[in-house]
Amino acid sequence: MIRSVLAALFAFLALPALAQDTMPPAPYAYNQLQDPRLEAEASALMHTLRCLKCQSQSIADSDAPMAGDMRHQVRSRILAGESSGQIRSWLIARYGDYVSYEPEVSATTWPLFAVPALVILIVGGVLLRRLGKRRSDDAGDAV
Amino acid sequence: MRDRVWLWVPLALFAFFAGLAGYMLTQEKEQFVASTMVGQPLPDFALPAAFGGLPGAAKADLTGGKARLLNIWASWCLPCIAEAPQLDALKNQGVEIVGIAIRDRPEDVANFLGRYGNPYSRIGSDKISEVQLAIGSSGVPETFVIDAKGVIRYQHIGDIRDSDVPKLLAELEKAR
Repeated sequence: MIRSVLAALFAFLALPALAQDTMPPAPYAYNQLQDPRLEAEASALMHTLRCLKCQSQSIADSDAPMAGDMRHQVRSRILAGESSGQIRSWLIARYGDYVSYEPEVSATTWPLFAVPALVILIVGGVLLRRLGKRRSDDAGDAV
Repeated sequence: MRDRVWLWVPLALFAFFAGLAGYMLTQEKEQFVASTMVGQPLPDFALPAAFGGLPGAAKADLTGGKARLLNIWASWCLPCIAEAPQLDALKNQGVEIVGIAIRDRPEDVANFLGRYGNPYSRIGSDKISEVQLAIGSSGVPETFVIDAKGVIRYQHIGDIRDSDVPKLLAELEKAR
């Protein structure tokens, strides 16, 4: 009985609201880097990384504690001399393409890049043929 | 006549994509982000003790001899209460469970273990989620099967229900 009551209780509780703690944020969660150039680099990267808790926000936009911990990782790694690309690859190695808001070319995403190029090629081909045909028709009329 | 038929192709394509989008809207969304570290060795880490009662946890504590469970949890996490009996059951079957407490305080950890039982051999304190991020975990609770060589073999996302225990035991058996 108690178990089913508990189960019902859990079912009605929204998980993200519960995923809170009372710990102070990580040092670089809300503190910018001293060097404005490094902070700009970190900030640009943070806007293109997805928060894992609140999946429609970047970690730059999210107040979830985990997003704060991810910002700390980004800032402290930038400070330690890592490049944006290295940090992005580090996260993608752990969470897959999902964590990156900036589309990466990979085994699963290459059609995203290939299809538009292909469509443009086909349209270009069709246009060339049609225009070419019309021109030769015009030339035919002129004769 | 043949040209006329071709005129319907764009409309058919549109209907297909609209239908596909409509169908996908009715499908349940996979809201968990799986770790892509399964199959990879544990990253190096060494965490201090989460409270006075048990030692902290490092990669070396999860490597060698046998397969173990690595349980990512927190005293502030409600589903972690729900999975406590199942962790106890696993421990009683001889499974070593190493815990990592995320963003937690020693007194809260001690209080949680006092109320819901202590299935752990060690608990490391991860105050800024750095080990959690390093192993590709995106929430609490999550449970990883670590084989005898220290390689991550399996990830269970969310609380361990009764029905998940046999699966975890089987994965532990495979990872020996």
